[in-house]
Amino acid sequence: MSTAPGPAVKAAPWKDPHATPYVEIDRVTKSFGDFKAVDDISLKIYKGEIFCLLGASGCGKTTLLRMLGGFELPSSGRILIDGEDMTGVPPYERPVNMMFQSYALFPHMNVEQNVAFGLRQDRVPKGEIKDRVATMLDLVKLGDFAKRKPHQLSGGQRQRVALARSLVKRPKLLLLDEPLGALDKKLREHTQFELISIQDKLGVTFVVVTHDQEEAMTLASRIGVMNQGEIVQAGTPSEIYEFPNSKFVADFVGSVNIFEGKLIEDEPEYVRIGSPDLGGTIYVSHGISAAPEATVWAAVRPEKIFMSTAPPDGTDNVVRGSVQDIAYLGDLSIYLVKLPTGKVVRVTQPNTSRHAEAITWEQLVYLSWDSSSPVVVTR
Amino acid sequence: MRPAPFLQRFGIRGRGLVVALPYLWLMLFFVVPFAIVLKISFSDVDLAIPPYKPLWEWDGRYALAIKLNFNNYAFLFTDPLYINAFLNSIKVAFFSTVLCLFIGYPMAYGIARAKPSTRNLLLLLVILPFWTSLLLRVYAWIGLLKANGVINALLMKIGIIHEPLSMLYTPFAMYVGIVYSYLPFFILPLYANLEKMDWQLLEAAEDLGCRPWQAFYKITLPLSRNGILAGSMLVFIPAVGEFVIPALLGGPNALMIGRILWDEFFSNRAWPVASAVAILLLILLVPFMMWYQSIQARESAGAR
Repeated sequence: MSTAPGPAVKAAPWKDPHATPYVEIDRVTKSFGDFKAVDDISLKIYKGEIFCLLGASGCGKTTLLRMLGGFELPSSGRILIDGEDMTGVPPYERPVNMMFQSYALFPHMNVEQNVAFGLRQDRVPKGEIKDRVATMLDLVKLGDFAKRKPHQLSGGQRQRVALARSLVKRPKLLLLDEPLGALDKKLREHTQFELISIQDKLGVTFVVVTHDQEEAMTLASRIGVMNQGEIVQAGTPSEIYEFPNSKFVADFVGSVNIFEGKLIEDEPEYVRIGSPDLGGTIYVSHGISAAPEATVWAAVRPEKIFMSTAPPDGTDNVVRGSVQDIAYLGDLSIYLVKLPTGKVVRVTQPNTSRHAEAITWEQLVYLSWDSSSPVVVTR
Repeated sequence: MRPAPFLQRFGIRGRGLVVALPYLWLMLFFVVPFAIVLKISFSDVDLAIPPYKPLWEWDGRYALAIKLNFNNYAFLFTDPLYINAFLNSIKVAFFSTVLCLFIGYPMAYGIARAKPSTRNLLLLLVILPFWTSLLLRVYAWIGLLKANGVINALLMKIGIIHEPLSMLYTPFAMYVGIVYSYLPFFILPLYANLEKMDWQLLEAAEDLGCRPWQAFYKITLPLSRNGILAGSMLVFIPAVGEFVIPALLGGPNALMIGRILWDEFFSNRAWPVASAVAILLLILLVPFMMWYQSIQARESAGAR
């Protein structure tokens, strides 16, 4: 995945049991009627982090964000920010600002007035407002657009006004709801890095909601993957990607080939999984904790599978199949390889040479992977 | 049978026809009557049928004598009755508009923020009175407000008052009638405006430190400005010339310009003066109508 310049938090305070969390979500549940949008979530977020809540739509991530902002009240549980219990504190008294998905810029005010709005509300002296707004507009590179109305701006410019407006009050916590959702791909990539560098400069703690796993990977110091109102796994982007704790996470973050099977050898140093999906056994060079004879799933990322026309050395983790489909993406190609069992395996290969001997449709190929590559999950 | 070939001979075809129809309508029912009224306003009173002298005379051989009489207009400015009636009409229309604003804004706001399913029902309730004739509804108010009417009977029954209040034929009754009748005209354009509002802006304002009422004052109110103005014009413009409601509910002292017009026309048979009053009223209201038009144009252009 892409390498991020990294958020402001350099150490890993979540690994330190004595570190004080900056935001503490303590057994929070939010129900709408019978439906639990957020189901008993506990989470600790540390100062300077960019924490991404990642999930499909309807998983409760936005509800959780809105509770942090004070727009929804938890049905039970509590939220602490910088040690203060936020229960019963309305949005206008929270040390928190939010960047809305629609940006929610005030259409009757120009850029400058939009950004100054929060400071005026707090009765900050006029001179100081002017300075802070100017500094903030320079930071988001909108100094020349101060007098424009929102409808005279492009999508990317609006996004930056919204960011400036939510940051100018120097909140303890900035909430971002799909901050890059409305931008096209090129602009989004560019803005991701800008966002990180701004966060790094100001040292504000970010909580970002997104459904885009790539966005989460680039931005986040840690990701919380959500499903049906629960946090399924929380960890750094590489932990989430390389060590998913469930089929759901493995499948949701990035693409993956999942082989269902049963443990046939369960040793502390290795396991062997018999998989009817694969039509063979999978050898994994690390032990796992699962009940004997339990159904397990071995997840192998497409880029960790090697494809060759000649049989590779060794006999573990080798299967034959025929190429069914090829997608050429420039930097890499995606191959869909059909195994004799009918299972289709996704393989990605970097296009390292310009005139590689091409593998074509219907060709018989060998697929193999390192015995450390599969992740075995039990749910 | 297609009318097209016939019309095409006059250079009118498809698109032109569509545009021509409303123009024709306006020509027949607005421009022509207006020209007649304008003409009469410059004539002399006469004891004849119709009760005014012709504006031009052809001596039969060589001369066309056109006599423009400005007396009628001059008369309106010399007799304080007319000026007072104009001022009073503007006052009544103004306060009615203000009352409509205070009653209608919360209603329009409530409808705009209601669930979509309830919203239609509420809108229907606003429009429902139009299904009955205005005159009937004003008569119904007489029944409600008169000394032995429903309201007095109710108040006396529950013991709040012991003598019936005299409400009918007072300015109070007139305002009740006008505000009641024109309220939908205020609510509907305002609702149309508020309905387009992005309510997330209010959350954004609260997020930036506004209490709910401050968010309303700083965001909702300025953004609904065009709706307020459009509604106000739709109440103010017809209320200035309102005749029926003050005549029925306001009693004999309700000195409104519509009333004066009626009296001049029917009681005094002074058609030229009545016409002059009508023309002056129109001139008075044209700026407001133009303002309303420009608001509408801005609103449909989408700029705020």
